[in-house]
This record gives sequence, structure tokens and C-alpha cells, in this order.
Amino acid sequence: MYSRIYVLRFPRETSDKPIISKLVKQYDVEFNILKATILPHDEGLMVLELTGHKNNIREALDYLKSFGVSIESVSTIIRRDDDKCFQCGACTGICPASALYVQRPEMAVVFDTDKCTGCGLCVPVCPVRAMEVSLDQSVNALKA
Amino acid sequence: MKEHKVTKTIAEINERIRKGEAVVVTAEEMVGIVRENGPEEAARRIDVVTTGTFSPMCSSGAFLNFGQTLPTIKAARVWLNNVPAYAGLAAVDIFLGGAEPAEDDPLNKVFPGEFRYGGGHVIEDLLAGKKVKLKAVAYGTDCYPNTIMEKEITLADLPNALLVNPRNCYQNYNCAINLSDKTIYTYMGTLRPRGKNVNYATSGELSPLLNDPLYRTIGLGSKIFLGGGTGYITWHGTQHNPHAMRLANQTPCRPAGTLMVQGELKQMSARWIKGISMQGYGTTIAVGVGVPIPVLNEEIAGYTGVSDAEIMTQVVDYSYDCSHGVDRNYAEVSYAELKSGQIEVNGRKVATASLSSVVRAREIAEILREWIKSGDFTLTEPVKLICDM
Repeated sequence: MYSRIYVLRFPRETSDKPIISKLVKQYDVEFNILKATILPHDEGLMVLELTGHKNNIREALDYLKSFGVSIESVSTIIRRDDDKCFQCGACTGICPASALYVQRPEMAVVFDTDKCTGCGLCVPVCPVRAMEVSLDQSVNALKA
Repeated sequence: MKEHKVTKTIAEINERIRKGEAVVVTAEEMVGIVRENGPEEAARRIDVVTTGTFSPMCSSGAFLNFGQTLPTIKAARVWLNNVPAYAGLAAVDIFLGGAEPAEDDPLNKVFPGEFRYGGGHVIEDLLAGKKVKLKAVAYGTDCYPNTIMEKEITLADLPNALLVNPRNCYQNYNCAINLSDKTIYTYMGTLRPRGKNVNYATSGELSPLLNDPLYRTIGLGSKIFLGGGTGYITWHGTQHNPHAMRLANQTPCRPAGTLMVQGELKQMSARWIKGISMQGYGTTIAVGVGVPIPVLNEEIAGYTGVSDAEIMTQVVDYSYDCSHGVDRNYAEVSYAELKSGQIEVNGRKVATASLSSVVRAREIAEILREWIKSGDFTLTEPVKLICDM
């Protein structure tokens, strides 16, 4: 079973329409909504975990794109500044997805972007603000 | 004092360092060496054990002299990037505390505050070569007529800059838990409710004072790794408590000894001095410190061979007990358990996380080992040992 977490940005014309439900009905793809919000300019923002056959997910993503939905993997919007991070581990006690974890016995703090759900809890917890999230940028800001 | 079978002096060890013959290992490496060979044989073979710690360390800061401008000024209040510094020293001498937040910081008005910038960040910016805005106001005197001055400074511009930390290198510290039913934001990090996680802040077997638990080899004048450069121990630190409860191996199992350290800021680096923002608590500073322990006899060798499994600390509640002087702990745990990622408190498994970087502590111990091996860094004979202070 293939599973990935995506950030979807819905243009304002689509943010009030039922689109995601079709993923189950037509594409046999299960979804888990990790975050959903409407931004000030009426664009929709959603963080979704999609689970299903790889081909079905690809087709489902194409379907979403046909509505003008922009799709990114969470790993492209959350990053760790490795120059700032000093490998303390304060984030590892807070990360609910175990995307930030300690590799033993080295005690190195690892960031596994595939596991990251984009919740952003690590951002204020990091003592040196090494975690950066650009989730709340509007679609237009991203295009600019 | 009991008789030792092996005795060495710092002068003898230095002679070996100069000849390139000294055997230097890190505190992590020493664990296995003592376990396999015993302390006596380890004392014969090993000359110096290097330690390291890189962690948020409150009670750190810098004395800066920013030079006169014309007309001259006797600065009464001074800000660096809007972070207030203490100016009641002399005309252009200030002390910038690492834990001082920027003056316009919203603090905890919207809880929990972010505390994005403070004295520690100013020191890090200076070390990174960045320009820092300095503002000074004064009441004006005949000899210092100016009443207001603003200029941009860099570390290179400053006539003098000295890192002076009244309390670093806590010898052991509490492991923090939150037994209340809401998330709390502390100097030990963010603690989830009902004991969901614990945070600790010591590098364990790599930590300087856990390798010389009775402070018998270091003291006033001991040369150390400080902030990426060299510095010196100048006294024990504030809150130094040598009488804390100890195990049979002499390591304390409660917060105990501390060090006061200082060094020339200009030869340090932003990689080893970092501004810290503790959500809901405040700003502070992370400092990299490494202390070389001379293996003077088998007793010291035994101490430096201590392992994470043999160093204990207590789990303390930070939602109520710690702030109300309640002397109660919920578990006694070893650093081996803490570093495993999970401990048991009241029969329940709890996730552990560290505020102290073991990766960087190890790097410091390795850098210090290489400095000594190359002959560049010799040990200094303390003018007064900390155990005699």
C-alpha cells in the first residue's frame, strides 16, 4: 500500500466545492485530513495523507490538478536549516509523527520528511528556530 | 588522602603533549578503556580525557567595550539591536546578558511567547560577523558631554569583547516532567500534560564535571574549549553545590557543581555560541564547553571512566513542585535509560528528549583531543582547585 502526505492549495473558485470525496468514490484512494483551512483570500489549504494503489493516487492527483489545485509534497514546504540545528532533540519529544527522531547510538537528530504531517508543532519548540514551514502562504504568494 | 599506585603531574603530561607522545581520549572512549583494563592500567596508559557539552546555559554573557565617539559619552543606558545591556560599569563598558530579551519583545503577553531575539542572539550575530545597531543614551557631564549616540558595530570594531559566564556546565540536572493537565512551557522545554514526555539537559558521560566529580583536577586558570576557541575556568559557578547527594562512584544524582568561565570573544565562533528561544520562557544562549581532565592517578582514571548507566538523575514535576519548592521526585533514572528514548515513571512508559546535544558534545571532545594531540593545546596548572574554593 502506497501512502504519501500532500499539501493541496485550492484556488478561490473551488474552495467551496466538494472535490475530495471523489477520491474515494472514483479513484479508490483513502484520505486522512491532517489540516484544512480557508485562507484570507478564499483559497483553500489542505494537508492530506493519501493511501492506495500508486497508480490510483497518481490519477487522483491528476483529477485534483484539473481543478487548478496545486499539489506539493509536505517535504517541500517543511525544511530543517541544518546550519542552525545543533542536534539537541527538543523537537523529538513533541513531534507526533516521529518524523523527528533520535538515531541511536549516535544520538543524532534525524528529520524524515516522508513521515512529516506538516503540523508545525516543531517550529516554536525548536530552541534555534531551525524548522521552517511555509504552509500558510497563499497560492498567489507562492506564484509570485 | 590514600596512596596512589600511579601518580602523574600536569607538568609531566604537558611534557608528553609537547613531544607529541601524550595519549588523549574522549570521555566516551575512556568508558571502554577503564572497563577493559581497570583504572590503574588506564591511568598508566591515558594522559588526558577530553569532555564536552553543548546546551542552553543561562548565566552567560559578554563584557563589551564599544569605544568612544566624539563628543565623548558616558553611556547610562545601552541597547544592542534593541536588547538592553547593563551600562553601570564605566563610560563605554557594558555587560550583555545572554538571557535578556529585546526591549520591544511581546514577552508572554500572548502566551506562550516566542522570544525570537535576545542577548544570546546578539552575541551569535556578532560572532557571525553581522552588523549590530548600538544605541546609547546619557545624562551628559563636563567630561562626557554627549547625551545620545547611535552607531553600527561589528565584533571586529570593538576594542574589547570578553565572554564571561558566571554559571556554565551544570554537573547533572533534573529531568523535567509535567504532571498537570495542560501543556507547560519551561526552561526545560515544552512539556506535554499528564506526564507524556520528559526533557533532560546533560551530556551524561561526556559532561565535564561528571568526569571530575570532586573537582580535584580543575580550578582557577584551567584552560578549556569555550565557544569554539579557548577560554579559562575562573572560579566555581553561581549556585555551585558540592554537597549534593552522590552515588558511591561520587557522581552527584542532583544538580551539583557549576563552573564560571571566560574567554576572548573574538576567537570564538557562531557555530559554538547560539542564541536560544525557549517558547513561553524566554531567550537564552547555548554555549559549547569542553574541559580536559588530566589523568593524574587511578582514582581520576576511574572517575573519567564513568558511563551513562552509572550516572543518575531524578524526575521532577515542573508544573507545581519545582516552582513551589516541593522536594519530591517521581523516579531515579540513569542517563543510559534517558538516552534510550524511554523511561518508566510510576509504571508508565514516557518518551524522553534532550536539550543538550550529544552529537555536538562529542564533537567538542574530539576537537579538544585533536588540539592536545597536535601539541597546540597544553594543560594549565590551576592556581586554586575548585575543591579548595
